[in-house]
Amino acid sequence: MTETGQRKEIRAAAELKQLLTDYYHELDKAHSEGQKVAWCTSVGPAEVLRAFGFKVYFPENHAAMIGVQRAGEKFIPVANAIGYSPEICSYLTSDIGAYIQHWTPLEKAYGVKSIPKPDVLAYNTNQCRDVKEWFSFYSREYKVPLVGIDSPKYIGEVEDMHVDDVTAQFERLIRQLEGITKRKLDEDQLKGTVGLSLEATNLWKEILETAAHAPSPLTFFDGTVHMAPIVVLRGDRRAVDYYQVLLREMKERIAAGVAAVDGERYRIYWEGMPIWGKLRALSEQFAELRTCVVASTYCNSWIFDDMRESDPVRSMALAYTKLFINRSEPAKEQYIAEMAKRFKVDGIIFHDSKTCPHNSNARYGMPSRIKERYGIPGLIIDADLNDLRLYSEEQTKTNIEAFVEQMEVA
Amino acid sequence: MSPKLFAGIDVGASATKCMIISEEKEEAGSAVAKTGIDLAGDAKKVFEDALSRVDGGGVAVARIVSTGFGRKNVPFADASRTEISCQSLGCYFHFPRAIVIVDIGGQDTKVIRTDADGKLKGFKMNRKCAAGTGTFLEEISHRLDVSLEEMNALATRSKKDVEIGAFCTVFTGTEILARIREGLSREDLAKGVYKSVVKRAMEMDTLVGDVVLTGGVVAHNTILYDMFSEILGRKVLIPPKPQLTGAFGAALYALQEAGQPRLE
Ligand code: SF4
Repeated sequence: MTETGQRKEIRAAAELKQLLTDYYHELDKAHSEGQKVAWCTSVGPAEVLRAFGFKVYFPENHAAMIGVQRAGEKFIPVANAIGYSPEICSYLTSDIGAYIQHWTPLEKAYGVKSIPKPDVLAYNTNQCRDVKEWFSFYSREYKVPLVGIDSPKYIGEVEDMHVDDVTAQFERLIRQLEGITKRKLDEDQLKGTVGLSLEATNLWKEILETAAHAPSPLTFFDGTVHMAPIVVLRGDRRAVDYYQVLLREMKERIAAGVAAVDGERYRIYWEGMPIWGKLRALSEQFAELRTCVVASTYCNSWIFDDMRESDPVRSMALAYTKLFINRSEPAKEQYIAEMAKRFKVDGIIFHDSKTCPHNSNARYGMPSRIKERYGIPGLIIDADLNDLRLYSEEQTKTNIEAFVEQMEVA
Repeated sequence: MSPKLFAGIDVGASATKCMIISEEKEEAGSAVAKTGIDLAGDAKKVFEDALSRVDGGGVAVARIVSTGFGRKNVPFADASRTEISCQSLGCYFHFPRAIVIVDIGGQDTKVIRTDADGKLKGFKMNRKCAAGTGTFLEEISHRLDVSLEEMNALATRSKKDVEIGAFCTVFTGTEILARIREGLSREDLAKGVYKSVVKRAMEMDTLVGDVVLTGGVVAHNTILYDMFSEILGRKVLIPPKPQLTGAFGAALYALQEAGQPRLE
């Protein structure tokens, strides 16, 4: 009999844990070792910051950890009380609330007692405006400069004029950082970090694409864990090294016929944010239903394969403008349909995340259009990335189970 | 060989229902009771109650399928299915063609599409909030100071159209108080409240083709039938015993799966 409901642990997870522990401890010690810390948005200019020698910290990763540790409900109201609405990004509200209460999930996860103080904050609004407001708060709190890129938004085809604009903004950002650090950018350093980012991104892409194999060797839920290096260590050799190990393991799984979900019957695409506090519960439910969530827009959002060492600034401008979340509705629809085809999915789950309209794509009729045009059924789940008060476990479970029952009779 | 029976138990948020059917898909016995806190106990009681009503008694039930929000809390069931699939199968039995089912329950409303072959094609559930569900009607009946049963009769006596604007159950309660102060009658307000239930359901999906109205709320609030028909401009369909179509669908699954192993 097949065992169901089991999550299959990925061997490399132990190495990942060590890597992230080292990363957070380095940040913790940075100032005492005479290094500077920059805070960066998750799809912000990490390569530039690293080329300037900053240790780079990502508040979004920190906020997601608050979600994973299910502490959002405790801290969101704290931020609400100082005027940040419960309707805006719950990463922002959980993170600011935790800051006010001097709490961090890093302690439980990595034994680090506090977040590293920033010397500079760098954002890119290619994902949303919330990150800019979020960083502005910390800029006022810590009295440190805020620099960034205000990306052109909702782009259909990325044209030269967009890339020209963002390239100019990257150049301005570099000048600002030169002013702040009082040193000139070493162009070879930048080529180096961009080259490493590209290498890591290509490996990450290859890893995610192993899920096109049936049965899939990995799930979206695995992806949400193993994506950490591509977020926090872009431009750092260790991300490349880690993904080589992970890719090898996925290839081994395929060769040995190991499925992430035993007896995989159906394949699903996840659109939208993860529900951080419910990853385990959801992954177990899907495993019990012998259904594998094989791919997602979310994990694929850290593929920046347009980066070029030979033309670092312009290629970064292109890569960071082209990403999914920054695109028009038709461009997103086409992307999702292509992904659904590539990963041979039976259905799409659209997570309509209450506090992240930017990464919720069920609000302008997309599920109905995809059903109509491509015949792929969709299910909308109302929930949130971090605010579990907006989540109904029973309703969600029933919706998912019924969606699988719908596939059974299809 | 003695005839076999099959049971469906629908543990809903407000009521637990059981339907026992014969191999000929005919009702042999049924029962309904309020859902309390002991879901497994309630399911057992309702099942035994339904069984005691079976003519001749003492007949063995070959398979039991549970459904509804408490479907996993029925330890003696052989398998479980969501209420979405069960409503789909139960309603299709009565109306074997492509149908759109509107199931108004105690705590949620669902729109379910079933194709001409009886296959589940898609569904939508209302979102988190109680607006447009049985709980909403219950809350408003308190505001109007009538029992839920009386509210239906009250609304049928109304001659006027009143629009209730608020989405939220609590806001609707406040709106009702304000409208009473404005001098509107309870009859008209009651009708307005039912109309808002219909509107909430119509916002969930496009209701084209044959619409089947079902669920506990429909069973007890017959005015909904007229209202849906009036707003849609055509007669909607109502199965016999709308409160029991989920349990009936579960019993049909039990019959379909007869002889299959018990699923943990
Ligand atoms: S994209 Fe969404 S989740 Fe991410 S920072 Fe912006 S609002 Fe928050």
